[in-house]
Amino acid sequence: MPDHLSLLLVVIPLIAAPVAAILPRGRLPWATALTVTSICFILAGMQLWAVVHDGVISYELGGWAPPWGIEYRIDAVNAFVALIVSGIAAITVPYALLSAEKEIPEHQIPHFYSAFLLCFTGLLGITQTGDIFNLFVFLEISSLSSYALISLGQKRQALTSAYQYLIMGTLGATFFLIGVGLIYSQTGTLNMMDLAERLPEVSGLNTVHTGFAFIMIGFALKLALFPLHLWLPNAYTYAPTVITVFLAATATKVALYVMLRVLFTVFPNGFISTIPTGDLFILSGMAGIIIASVYAIYQVDVKRLLAYSSVAQIGYMALGIGFASAMGVTATIIHLFNHALMKGALFMAVGAIIYRIGDCRMDNIQGLGRQMPWTFGAIVTGGLSLIGVPGTAGFISKWYLVLAALEQDAWILVAVILIGSLLAVIYMGRVIEALYFKPAAETNLAVKEAPILLLAPTWVLVFANIYFGLDTELTVGVAEHAAQVLGVAAK
Amino acid sequence: MDFFIGHYNYWIAIFLMMVGFYTVISRGNLVKKIIGLNIFQVSVFLLYISVSTVKGGAAPIITEGIELYSNPLPHVLILTAIVVGVATTALGLALVVRIKEAYGTIEEDEIHAQDHSL
Repeated sequence: MPDHLSLLLVVIPLIAAPVAAILPRGRLPWATALTVTSICFILAGMQLWAVVHDGVISYELGGWAPPWGIEYRIDAVNAFVALIVSGIAAITVPYALLSAEKEIPEHQIPHFYSAFLLCFTGLLGITQTGDIFNLFVFLEISSLSSYALISLGQKRQALTSAYQYLIMGTLGATFFLIGVGLIYSQTGTLNMMDLAERLPEVSGLNTVHTGFAFIMIGFALKLALFPLHLWLPNAYTYAPTVITVFLAATATKVALYVMLRVLFTVFPNGFISTIPTGDLFILSGMAGIIIASVYAIYQVDVKRLLAYSSVAQIGYMALGIGFASAMGVTATIIHLFNHALMKGALFMAVGAIIYRIGDCRMDNIQGLGRQMPWTFGAIVTGGLSLIGVPGTAGFISKWYLVLAALEQDAWILVAVILIGSLLAVIYMGRVIEALYFKPAAETNLAVKEAPILLLAPTWVLVFANIYFGLDTELTVGVAEHAAQVLGVAAK
Repeated sequence: MDFFIGHYNYWIAIFLMMVGFYTVISRGNLVKKIIGLNIFQVSVFLLYISVSTVKGGAAPIITEGIELYSNPLPHVLILTAIVVGVATTALGLALVVRIKEAYGTIEEDEIHAQDHSL
């Protein structure tokens, strides 16, 4: 069993997805999803433990030796990302029970869980695989199922935003495919480790540069890196809340992992500095942090506000990549984890409000903070973490990011990071003002606290935000180890 | 001259790529956008198949007397990519049907006009 750990992580949800679809309506599909995600969470934990203690796992699919067969190659980086994905999924599913019953028509519930499990399969597959074409296939599995999931939203705009995401996402994936084809034409291999060996010889060729650019742009689209983020605010706003929680906390993180993998493992070290990739990452990161945060301030829908904030947070992660230093990549990986925790908690709390009043527009939620103290508490703590107040997880990521910027003597970037935090104070402040300091509308006076099944998963994430703000051994330790595995030079 | 004629399959792939990409960006009709997306994807299939050709190579079927074969791997990859493309098109068209039901139109500007008037 431990031998097949890495494969089981992908195969179990893949088999469970059609099973969930044919189960009768009611709670059985949910129970299936819950069992599967919990098992995967445990397996991912075992996998990370095995990787950290015994070194890299290499699994040959069907017994075909790499580079001919497909290889699953697990090191500290993807074991960590797989743990994040399965952990968030295992927390999202308990939350989904009530939230999905409220927001999704009953006859679609089995299909909803089926698509959810497929999306989960795709995301885990992307993290596990060591074959770059296999990665494309998993990318499309996760993308296609997430388009379907987004279109399940209650408003009709959900359909148009799913369509918009489908067009942009397919363009991104096809760009990636073009890039892989160009690189394959020069190296004759698709295995990432094999590519890493063969690329240095041909890294001066224009074809390889073009392929690299196609892969980067393709994944920048999936990552919603500013200014390629246009699909994200609509998709997050109109998707069912559970799906917003899941995608916000996992899909962009996995895309970021692929960026790191391609930049630092597949392409030879130093390649990033031969063409001005790092500068582009820093530029779009800076622009994203400032512009998306300003956009967030003017939103009237809380979900949309948080979606713009996500674009800004992706900007922070892009900065870390742009530095191309060990410290920068460490900061990116730490923020990847912490952002999953804070956005997960915030979207879940907003979902609890939607569960009660069916909406989350600023003028409809006024005064609700007093009636729903636990939900309000989750939003405040999540907001503090987003701002980066000491004692929360957000502080740790900002701290390492500032250290990485200082290491480069990039004072402007330090200023940008701090301005981004100040802007976060303003937009989270607006939400808190509406929830607590505005008088409640009469229609809202009867609103009660959200049910415990919604609050419990939310508060698990809130406590995680505080816990990982105080005890950084796991996050920082693993992130530093991961940066080392990626082989990023110290400076 | 050889640069143009000798690589004609690549030129066709690039031409189709641009046609498809431009259609996706410029057309407001949701079905036409999907058609553009298809052309764009097909151009990538052509690119892969062109890459796999070996000069003077036969089809990759083992028979006596033939030493040189074209590379079959990109063919297999493209079979997978075709399946992905079909799934994307199906899902995209299904969404267009639902959009038509919800909005009564599949023109992008009319959909925008309806959403903003709400």
